[in-house]
Amino acid sequence: MDIIVCIKRVAQTAEADVKIDSSGKDIIKDRLTFDMNESDTYALEEAILLKEKSGGTLTAVSLGTVEVEDTLRIALAKGADSAIRIKAEDFEELDGYKTAQLLKAAIKDLKSDVIFTGCIATDDYYSQVGVILAELLGIPHATLVAKVDIQDTKAQVHRELEGGLIEHLEMSLPALFTIQTGINEPRYASLIAIRRAAKKEIKVIGASDIDPTGIQANASLEELFTPPVGKRAEILSGSMDEISAKVAGIIKEKGLI
Amino acid sequence: MNDIFALVEHRQGAIRDMTYELLSCGRKLAEKENTKLTAVILGHNTDDLVQILKSQAHRLLVVDNDVFKDFNSEVYQNALSEIIKQQNPALTLISHSAFGMDLCPALATKLGVPFTTDCLDIEFVEQKLKVTRQIYDGKLNAKVQLRENPGYMITLRSGRFPAGEGNLEGAVEKFDTPVSTQPDYRKFIEYIEAAVGEVDITKSDILVSVGRGLKDQANLSIIEDFASAIGGVVACSRPVVDAGWMAKDRQVGSSGKTVKPKLYIALGISGAFQHIVGMKGADTIIAVNKDPNAPIFSEANYGIVDDLFKVVPVLKTKILEVKLTKG
Ligand SMILES: Cc1cc2nc3c(=O)[nH]c(=O)nc-3n(C[C@@H](O)[C@H](O)[C@H](O)COP(=O)(O)OP(=O)(O)OC[C@H]3O[C@@H](n4cnc5c(N)ncnc54)[C@H](O)[C@@H]3O)c2cc1C
Ligand SMILES: Cc1cc2nc3c(=O)[nH]c(=O)nc-3n(C[C@H](O)[C@H](O)[C@H](O)COP(=O)(O)OP(=O)(O)OC[C@H]3O[C@@H](n4cnc5c(N)ncnc54)[C@H](O)[C@@H]3O)c2cc1C
Repeated sequence: MDIIVCIKRVAQTAEADVKIDSSGKDIIKDRLTFDMNESDTYALEEAILLKEKSGGTLTAVSLGTVEVEDTLRIALAKGADSAIRIKAEDFEELDGYKTAQLLKAAIKDLKSDVIFTGCIATDDYYSQVGVILAELLGIPHATLVAKVDIQDTKAQVHRELEGGLIEHLEMSLPALFTIQTGINEPRYASLIAIRRAAKKEIKVIGASDIDPTGIQANASLEELFTPPVGKRAEILSGSMDEISAKVAGIIKEKGLI
Repeated sequence: MNDIFALVEHRQGAIRDMTYELLSCGRKLAEKENTKLTAVILGHNTDDLVQILKSQAHRLLVVDNDVFKDFNSEVYQNALSEIIKQQNPALTLISHSAFGMDLCPALATKLGVPFTTDCLDIEFVEQKLKVTRQIYDGKLNAKVQLRENPGYMITLRSGRFPAGEGNLEGAVEKFDTPVSTQPDYRKFIEYIEAAVGEVDITKSDILVSVGRGLKDQANLSIIEDFASAIGGVVACSRPVVDAGWMAKDRQVGSSGKTVKPKLYIALGISGAFQHIVGMKGADTIIAVNKDPNAPIFSEANYGIVDDLFKVVPVLKTKILEVKLTKG
């Protein structure tokens, strides 16, 4: 079984202060930490588990600047055999559509039975790259995959819908699956494996390796802005004792205690 | 301008709520652009759906076939691409749901139509479509313009366009199905209902809900202790379930449960859209988060900006004090 996994390196912003830079089209990144996109860690684990079960090769691919090589090395340390970086610095207006076209260009000559991506990137939230890639490659896809069981060329697939309802599909390979979080328990890379991966070569491809015909973006970014403040919570202030007393008072007033 | 299309989403015989929001958005846009709204219904035994939706659109385009009974994006994609090629809508609206996420990017790519996903707002500015989206954990919005084209496609986030009554008298038009079988490479087999757990969080008046801020499963006992002291039940956000710290039936949100307790205390939850949709109906929401910019504070009634592990013990003591002095 030959497997490909698409990995994005994203800024971790859940607990960070996010500020717009002077261009108005990007954020100030120097104080942020970056890591493998959450659902991609599950996609990678699913790929490694499949390779362990059925043998074959596992290639990790990422479009990004040179820093994504660190993320690709984590994938190599965990179990990928090879890694490809597409140089984001060679391209402009990288929306999801163009991203998918470049991913296709990078992998189209590789043999693949299964492609895994994450179901959503937690920076831009589009949930589209995997599905576009499958369509461009002419293979079927399933999104929000919570379970996939592959036997020969058939896959039993569970998609997770609203309310936790599961949609059971039967698909044939080759196919692309966008993986939902929680599908497995992503492993940690051992220190020895990380050291070994540091020496592995990462294939880097850029504009000169990709035929630009027809590659275009669907969308262009006009501006970033701070969301309008709607209803805001009343922020309780004072000492911890005072704040807690206020909350207790509110709960009592509502007749809940 | 050509018609605006809105794709009706239904599951297990029932129209999904989001469909009414799509139609409401579509009516608003159609009015502004001086064009008409078409509701596109792919289904089986569609008479009931047509009756319910008649007042919601200027036209109902109905494709009735057994193959559309259950959603299969490949089947929908093949049928819709024929319909769209023939009808050339100026815009096709699809909900940003498990259904729309599976369908829209592939359908639009197949058709070569510029599209984007998870839109909060949309407007035409001189034939060009501009959308507003949320990025970076809801901390920023982005205005995005689509490549100019006679037709566009987008998925719309729920909660942005309130469902409306509709006072139209939609003309019903039947469309012969371009597909009648599921392809071998992707077959719908069945729906599997979520397992029922030991506690039903939708029945509790007080929910103490914990998120990734919990940091470690070992800390769960602090939260359980607090919840039982104030007579509540523990619920959680998705990452807590993903990590295996709590069972799936405790999860609040779009892929979990929708709850409407009298009191919802959110501890270490950032307030992602998929979480908010499951709890915004609570009477009173109190959020504890150490990040003053966490989006949860836009949904909560009261906020405490601090470390939850400092807040919870004091809060427990104070609530118990008030409880004791009750009589
Ligand atoms: C107008 C515009 C301009 C932009 N300009 C830039 C830019 O110059 N540089 C830049 O880095 N970003 C840029 N972005 C952000 C960007 O390219 C998004 O990553 C892209 O729109 C894909 O959407 P998403 O990240 O939400 O992916 P989703 O569709 O949510 O991602 C789903 C899955 O696809 C895979 N995937 C997504 N992106 C990649 C990737 N890069 N490599 C490998 N796998 C991937 C992952 O498996 C991921 O889990 C821009 C966005 C817009 C709208
Ligand atoms: C299709 C789909 C469906 C989804 N369905 C759901 C769903 O049903 N329910 C759901 O919840 N999510 C769902 N999600 C995931 C959702 O997008 C978010 O990733 C998730 O809600 C984030 O959970 P969180 O707030 O606990 O974690 P984070 O976003 O990581 O936030 C943690 C918060 O805790 C705060 N914090 C950390 N430590 C402390 C401390 N000591 N004291 C106080 N505050 C602290 C931080 O400041 C931060 O705001 C879904 C996603 C997708 C793509």
